[in-house]
Amino acid sequence: MKALAAHRRHPLMALALLLIALGVVGGAYGVVTTQPTAADTVMVGDQTQIEEGRRLYLEGCSSCHGLNAEGTSAGPTLIGVGAAAVHFQVATGRMPLAAPGAQAPVKKPDYTAEETLAMAAYIASLAPGPAIPTAEQVDYTNADVAEGGILFRINCAQCHQAAGQGGALTQGKYAPSLMNSTPTQIYEAMLTGPQNMPIFSDQTLPTEDKQAIIAYVMELQQAPSPGGMSLGRLGPVVEGLFLWTAVLAAFLAAAVWIGIRAR
Amino acid sequence: MSDLTTRGSDNSGDQPLPEKPHGILARPEYEGPGALTVADVEHRPRRSDLDPKAARRVERQITLMFLLSMVMVVLFVIAYVSLNSTQTVYIPVLGLIGAQNLALGVTFGAAIFFIGAGAIQWAKKLMPDVEVVQDRHRLASTPDQDAAAAAQYERGKEESGFAAYRILRRTLIGALALFPIPLVVLVRDMWTNTDPALEGLSPAEILSETAWTEGLPIVVDGTYQPIRPEDIPVGGLVSALPENILEIQKEFHNLNERGKSAIILVRMDPGEIRSQQGDGWDYQGILAFSKICTHVGCPIALYEHRTHHLLCPCHQSTFDLADSGNVIFGPAARRMPQLPIGVNEEGFLIARSDFQEPVGPSFWERG
Repeated sequence: MKALAAHRRHPLMALALLLIALGVVGGAYGVVTTQPTAADTVMVGDQTQIEEGRRLYLEGCSSCHGLNAEGTSAGPTLIGVGAAAVHFQVATGRMPLAAPGAQAPVKKPDYTAEETLAMAAYIASLAPGPAIPTAEQVDYTNADVAEGGILFRINCAQCHQAAGQGGALTQGKYAPSLMNSTPTQIYEAMLTGPQNMPIFSDQTLPTEDKQAIIAYVMELQQAPSPGGMSLGRLGPVVEGLFLWTAVLAAFLAAAVWIGIRAR
Repeated sequence: MSDLTTRGSDNSGDQPLPEKPHGILARPEYEGPGALTVADVEHRPRRSDLDPKAARRVERQITLMFLLSMVMVVLFVIAYVSLNSTQTVYIPVLGLIGAQNLALGVTFGAAIFFIGAGAIQWAKKLMPDVEVVQDRHRLASTPDQDAAAAAQYERGKEESGFAAYRILRRTLIGALALFPIPLVVLVRDMWTNTDPALEGLSPAEILSETAWTEGLPIVVDGTYQPIRPEDIPVGGLVSALPENILEIQKEFHNLNERGKSAIILVRMDPGEIRSQQGDGWDYQGILAFSKICTHVGCPIALYEHRTHHLLCPCHQSTFDLADSGNVIFGPAARRMPQLPIGVNEEGFLIARSDFQEPVGPSFWERG
């Protein structure tokens, strides 16, 4: 909240907010949002869907995120996170959390696709935020895979590893593997920055660049491993380590067997 | 000295092994040369020594192994001829794997394994079972040898005059002590400046400066587009470079400047910034830090936007970007250098100066 107060004093921010206010029909302007530029897309579901979403929200989410999504000590506010964040968190099973921990793990989703969309519509109705990307936005058929590889290595590989296998962060947190992610989930994650992932906005990483990254990840998912056991695709060092430990251990076991006295 | 000797026999090794009846492999307990006394190691006869049936069973086992090896070679040929080299097959744990690759490896591996295993079983179960002793000589030298070595040393000392010519001894020591200095200088001076633009600068000065100058626009790495502050949401992360980086690379024909001037931009709620390296070096909560770890120079952008921690994947050095980029964990000895930023008249993010301290790992002259 303080952030916005500070931003609003700046002439540029006032201009940006004015543009948004003109672009969006009235009303939503006064609501505090942490993503001023991503706010120009508001997902407006029909009223029955929003009502259904509100009912599901109160049942499943409000104990941590508050009765009005204002957030509690157990969970952050959901005002302004947008439909994309809800869809990402719920459709991958990350939310609702099974137990508090360093990080919400992927699990079997608790809600159907329809219920997830209803909850997303409810949260989106509270304040503008990033909408669920359209099929057109995540269509990567004409994207440049090579360019996607470059952008992936600049922006994503530091946490998700060059081959998208994921990696460790601090204090039990981790960047998950991208091997089972869908194009929509990848797009939503970049847009909303789930958990400790930073946000890669459409301004610094435009849609066609996101599509290129998605195309690269999809390429990685389908990449064959002719030798079997890719060992996390970490490359020759880990393969060498595997040979020197596991295979050497097998050789030592054979040597021990050779040396055992026959009975 | 390390001859194989067998206990309890004078003419070691010469005695023939006890004759065994041809075709029947079971033998009574072995008592020939090399047999140890009960007091040392108890000789346990093998089952195949005592029971002809067991011996025949072992014989059958070994035959089977050799036959299996032959079968594997036949299967290898069949797999080579019949399987398509592009066909894949899913094996649990191993994953998707080339079918022919797998079949050839398994059959060829098994073929050699069964030959080896059969040979070892043969040696272990059917060949003579003898405990032997290998005597070793003492490791220490004899007093005679010690005395001879000492005498030789004394004689060398005497004849060379090393003790007598004091001035020679001291100048030699001095010469040898100075000799490595040229090597150190050469190592330190391996870097040669071939760039006219860097003429007259020492390596330390070049390491201390980057391409960032006052008013130089910041561009996104990969797309090379300038950035407006409102493009970066709170929680956002951008890998960035100076605007002229591609020109510099073209001019210098290397990536050195990219390695030095790479930065990350992060945006946090200004209220969450506890301290900065300079007053007002952020722009509305947007902070610019070097991307190069101060430990050994790995590029880092593992930024956790809720904790504001920046983690280096190489050695787990962790920096707190909300607190001047100070080191909170790991081997890095220095904080992550911060770049003061602002905006120009067109509203794009710019650097307000170069880094105020050298980026990247420490070096000799850095102090």
